[in-house]
Amino acid sequence: MENNIKMSSSPHIRSKVTSANIMLCVTIALLPASAFGVWNFGLPAFIMLLSTTVSAVLTEYIYEKLMHRKVTINDFSAVVTGLLLGLNMPASAPWWMGALGSVFGILVVKQLFGGLGQNFMNPALGARCFLLISFTGQMTTFIYDGVTGPTPLAMLKNGQSVDSMEMLVGTIPGTIGETSVIAIIIGAIFLILIGAIDLRIPGTYIVTFVIFIGIFGQFSNANVGFFDVQYITAHLCGGGLMLGAWFMATDYVTSPITKRGQIVYGALLGILTGLFRLFGGSAEGVSYAIIISNLFVPLIEKVTLPKPFGKGGEK
Amino acid sequence: MALLTFKGGVHPDDGKSLAKDKAIVEVNPKGDLVYPVSQHIGAPASPIVEVGERVLKGQKIAEAGGFVSAPVYSSVSGTVKAIEPHLNPTGATVNCIVVENDGEYEEVEYKPAKPLEEMAKEDILNAIGEAGVVGMGGAGFPTRVKLSPKEPDKIDYIIANCAECEPYITADYRRMIETPEKIVGGMKTVLKLFDNAKGIFGVEDNKPDCIEKLRELTKDEPRMEVMALKTKYPQGGERQLIYATTGRAINSAMLPADAGCVVDNVETMINIYQAVAEGRPSIDRVVTVSGDAVNEPGNFKVLFGTNQAELIEAAGGFKEEPEKVISGGPMMGFSMFTLDVPVTKTNSSILCLTKDEVAKYEPTACINCGRCVDACPSRLIPSRLADYAEHHDEEAFAKQDGLECMECGSCSYVCPAKRPLKQSIGSMRKIAMANRKKK
Repeated sequence: MENNIKMSSSPHIRSKVTSANIMLCVTIALLPASAFGVWNFGLPAFIMLLSTTVSAVLTEYIYEKLMHRKVTINDFSAVVTGLLLGLNMPASAPWWMGALGSVFGILVVKQLFGGLGQNFMNPALGARCFLLISFTGQMTTFIYDGVTGPTPLAMLKNGQSVDSMEMLVGTIPGTIGETSVIAIIIGAIFLILIGAIDLRIPGTYIVTFVIFIGIFGQFSNANVGFFDVQYITAHLCGGGLMLGAWFMATDYVTSPITKRGQIVYGALLGILTGLFRLFGGSAEGVSYAIIISNLFVPLIEKVTLPKPFGKGGEK
Repeated sequence: MALLTFKGGVHPDDGKSLAKDKAIVEVNPKGDLVYPVSQHIGAPASPIVEVGERVLKGQKIAEAGGFVSAPVYSSVSGTVKAIEPHLNPTGATVNCIVVENDGEYEEVEYKPAKPLEEMAKEDILNAIGEAGVVGMGGAGFPTRVKLSPKEPDKIDYIIANCAECEPYITADYRRMIETPEKIVGGMKTVLKLFDNAKGIFGVEDNKPDCIEKLRELTKDEPRMEVMALKTKYPQGGERQLIYATTGRAINSAMLPADAGCVVDNVETMINIYQAVAEGRPSIDRVVTVSGDAVNEPGNFKVLFGTNQAELIEAAGGFKEEPEKVISGGPMMGFSMFTLDVPVTKTNSSILCLTKDEVAKYEPTACINCGRCVDACPSRLIPSRLADYAEHHDEEAFAKQDGLECMECGSCSYVCPAKRPLKQSIGSMRKIAMANRKKK
């Protein structure tokens, strides 16, 4: 028997959950939003999602091959990055722009910092912001039903009224994956049920955002009252808030590992998003809020380290 | 009322159904018996027999080597064959007394010094120390020393660790089903030492039959209480058990006695009872032999010194060649490369698995998911501590309380990246503790 025996340090059993399972579940959770996006925007949306996802995976593969590293594409993390970037693109942008974003996200934001787990910024959002700066026009033009028009959020900023019901369902202009609150929530519930994410970050994010908008909305828009329900609902359903809160703010790698830190992080996201949306130059603010908060993560973790059991810590 | 428990922990498949319903079977050893002189924490015992000498079952063959030490008894009658180094289940080579079994089991006549009612506290402590009773849950700390805290009046709780939270192991379970009166007897004995203490039996709620039996036996004991605990690993960890039953929290620098508690496990309680009430030394224990590689998993009453390979035979031999053999439970036990080692006072189980889950997975990069943080009962950040350990950053490791880790392995168990977190942290803890001693 001696020849077959394996030695190792305890524990000798492992849970069945692997990083690849988790990433696969995140991919599955993004499918309702993806499917809705394709239904809503048609073939160009499908081509965009395909382009960002395939190029993200290819970039990771080629880079790791060239660098003689272990190829990690089957951990699904590149798929998630690519798909998320695609969902953050307008369907009207050319497919190569999405591909370029994926290359930037995977190569510059993720791999050059050491690959999975080492990036300090969400690769999909890093890529989106790179594209927003490089191709501002195409990245902020939204064509819906053949007509170029403002997003509900932009209309809101200009003091116009919007239809919250349409925003909930998602039959509005916007990026491919952000428009349908319902589709996003279905994916998020799935992730919560399987324990992949919890409410700490998205919950604090959304609650803080609501409070911020409720109080300061009146200073941005004269027609809005204190805690104006319609205005708040429109802000919640509009733009990238839902996709960002449930799928990008919850990215493990770029969010705090400490429990109290996650609350601080969520609150910071809510305040920044509110500031950008109400008082910034653009109607949108989620992407920038998240990547800026990403940069604060090490600091947040440092001040929110838990106290150990038996040393005054939470019991 | 919500079940008593602690925060953190994990829920591995418990595997207990393999051996749970198998009554305890006595095993008579065939080969030589090997008694390590060091089966406990503290100074090794010093042999008091010579090669060629005939010994009886229950005869003392090695004397305690100091206050923190424990004597060793022969568990069979026979002839001392050698006193030589021999491999131990821990992988260390220890000086051992080898006795050739004559198969007659001629036994010393055991006699309690006095009936329990007439015994003074010192008599009880002496009987326990003399019998060689040590903590049989795995640590092997001499029980006499544990039961002699500086201020016995400040001990409020005696906790019998009946949690048995390690998967697969059912030895304590069988003891609670078959001889619960001995456990209660052990508790009664220990309570005699501590006038202000209350006795608590902490049992995980996956053993409702044990809870019922113990409650029935203790219903007329005003100083004893049976508490049902949530089934969760490591519920039987000393700090977790104390917290769950009393609400008191201790850290790595404290002893349970600092929080007014003394914790002893089931097998130890039984040995205390036998030592004091029957005058019987510690010479055997119940060992679970389980895992999918053995034909007939079960629970065996084994004489110390018995070769572990004989236990596999007692369990019907191997069904399939094991890929991993573990002494103790799968969460905190250690893997063994051979079964040619003796059963010692601290062996609760031999586990033979056909598949090694550790080898099945390759460690990948940490994705910072925080599952280890959720699982850590000590409220640490295992992934960071493992990073510091891997970079030999002892300062950062100590600053983030790496020494508070009790190496329960919950972090490694849950890690989706399959990183050997506990291994890294454990190694660094040993280095850090050794360096502290140097200072």
